[in-house]
Amino acid sequence: MSAIVSVKDVNKTYDGGFEALKSVSLDIDEGEVLALLGPNGAGKTTLISIICGIATASSGRVTVGGHDTVDAYREARKLIGLVPQEINLEPFETVMNTVSFSRGLFGKGRDDAHLERILRDLTLWDKKDTQIKELSGGMKRRVLIAKALSHEPKVLFLDEPTAGVDVELRRDMWETMKDLKSHGVTIILTTHYIEEAEMMADRIGIIAKGEIKLVREKDALMDELGKKQLVIELAEQAMGIPESLSDYGLSLVDGGHEVIYHYDSRKERTGIIRLLNDLQSAGLQMSDVRTEQSSLEDIFVDLTKGEAR
Amino acid sequence: MTAMNLTAVKAIYVFEMKRTFRTLLQSVVAPVMSTSLYFVVFGAAIGSRIDQVEGVSYGAFIVPGLIMLTVLTQSVTNAAFGIYFPKFIGTIYELLSAPASFLEITAGYVLAAATKSFAIGLIILGTAFFFVDLNILHPLWMLTFFVLTCLSFSLLGFIIGIWAGNFEQLQLVPLLVLQPLIFLGGAFYSVSMLPDFWQTVTYFNPVVYLVSGFRWSFYGLADVPIGLSLFAILAFTGICIGVIWLIFKTGWRLRD
Repeated sequence: MSAIVSVKDVNKTYDGGFEALKSVSLDIDEGEVLALLGPNGAGKTTLISIICGIATASSGRVTVGGHDTVDAYREARKLIGLVPQEINLEPFETVMNTVSFSRGLFGKGRDDAHLERILRDLTLWDKKDTQIKELSGGMKRRVLIAKALSHEPKVLFLDEPTAGVDVELRRDMWETMKDLKSHGVTIILTTHYIEEAEMMADRIGIIAKGEIKLVREKDALMDELGKKQLVIELAEQAMGIPESLSDYGLSLVDGGHEVIYHYDSRKERTGIIRLLNDLQSAGLQMSDVRTEQSSLEDIFVDLTKGEAR
Repeated sequence: MTAMNLTAVKAIYVFEMKRTFRTLLQSVVAPVMSTSLYFVVFGAAIGSRIDQVEGVSYGAFIVPGLIMLTVLTQSVTNAAFGIYFPKFIGTIYELLSAPASFLEITAGYVLAAATKSFAIGLIILGTAFFFVDLNILHPLWMLTFFVLTCLSFSLLGFIIGIWAGNFEQLQLVPLLVLQPLIFLGGAFYSVSMLPDFWQTVTYFNPVVYLVSGFRWSFYGLADVPIGLSLFAILAFTGICIGVIWLIFKTGWRLRD
């Protein structure tokens, strides 16, 4: 896969001296879903704004589809659809008017069939002649998506698309994203819902304090950083870990009712069977055994600990 | 650089014109109504007690000035509101991220604002025929001044709309700057009626050149040479375009 969006050494310092982005570099592959995770104020929106042309970088270079976003902004921007975080819509316009305005603004000729398809997909067709101020919050967000898709972009930026959206609509939104992905649209998603990133993304980027902390395949990230632990419930309360088991680095929790063992699931020998045998020999009776894997959320919290502003 | 994105110009223009038609009452009826009141009060009531001004009845004399008064304020407020509103509600993000140059975005908004004020000016001109005897000596010149005024002051309004940080500021320039300039710009009198000193002061008022040129196209009466009027309005247009170019280039009040 080739990079459709390429960000190189982008810095952004605001007039007040605040450094929103510090030498950010990032390649986004065509057709992937990249989730950018980060605490509030980490620089997610600033990065998107620079790629889309709403803000200017203090230094560095961005290309979209090989086109420089400053020198060849027309070609670059034609490829981009942006769904902003805030619900910014003309309250008195009808849905259809505002969507066809977006299409025209991006230089595409009238195509009623395409707009109808988008509006139907987003279940907005019935509301096409409704004034936007009469729509619910969730519907308004769909209008923003419809606007972004009106000119058939290759890259779609979704800035916190499911913030403040109810569960049902969030699931609908995820379905829409999957559908777009299946049509080859590259999606860059910012979110602070870890669940969303875990569910949707092919790759995950973590950004904090204006710096990209890591970008990794989601599965690899989970494997690499995901600690696995074996939790052994004991039939009877234990007062301490027997001497014979000291090599395992076990910890006794829950008032002596549970023993926890950390292991690496990718190793050839996890040591689980040996441990279970040794536990038996030490005279500890087990009532249950379960494994737990740390979620993306734990990884995220670990990486950005103390960095949230 | 690829060809101009004329589709974007059209999209903005159509969108803005739809807004005009949606708010037809306040957009068109209100200015026509207020100008008609001017005709009744100044033209008929007061005008009947005033001698002719340079051979033209006072009611007729003020018609070009009245049209200018409305066209100028309408152009400025329409264009200012047109670009201020997206800024205010946040939809400006779309304009800034669109594959459209400053020229195209400006053209869309300014042409729409100019069209609207042109239509209002035309309606007022039509209304004037009901109140006074009018003849237009140089119709083509009249049209030229008319169109140029609509365009140049829509450009000025566009700049004000970008500059304005709140609704008060949006009202401020039309109220505090434009209105005095228009009233002191010879809309209701001939500059020659003023004492010498004030005549000199008046020549620093750009509106004088507009009203003078416009009135000349009606009655052949001018306070300043017609060529100078034309030059003044073209220069003003040029300055406005230059300022807008700078605004988009630097992103002033638009881009972070």
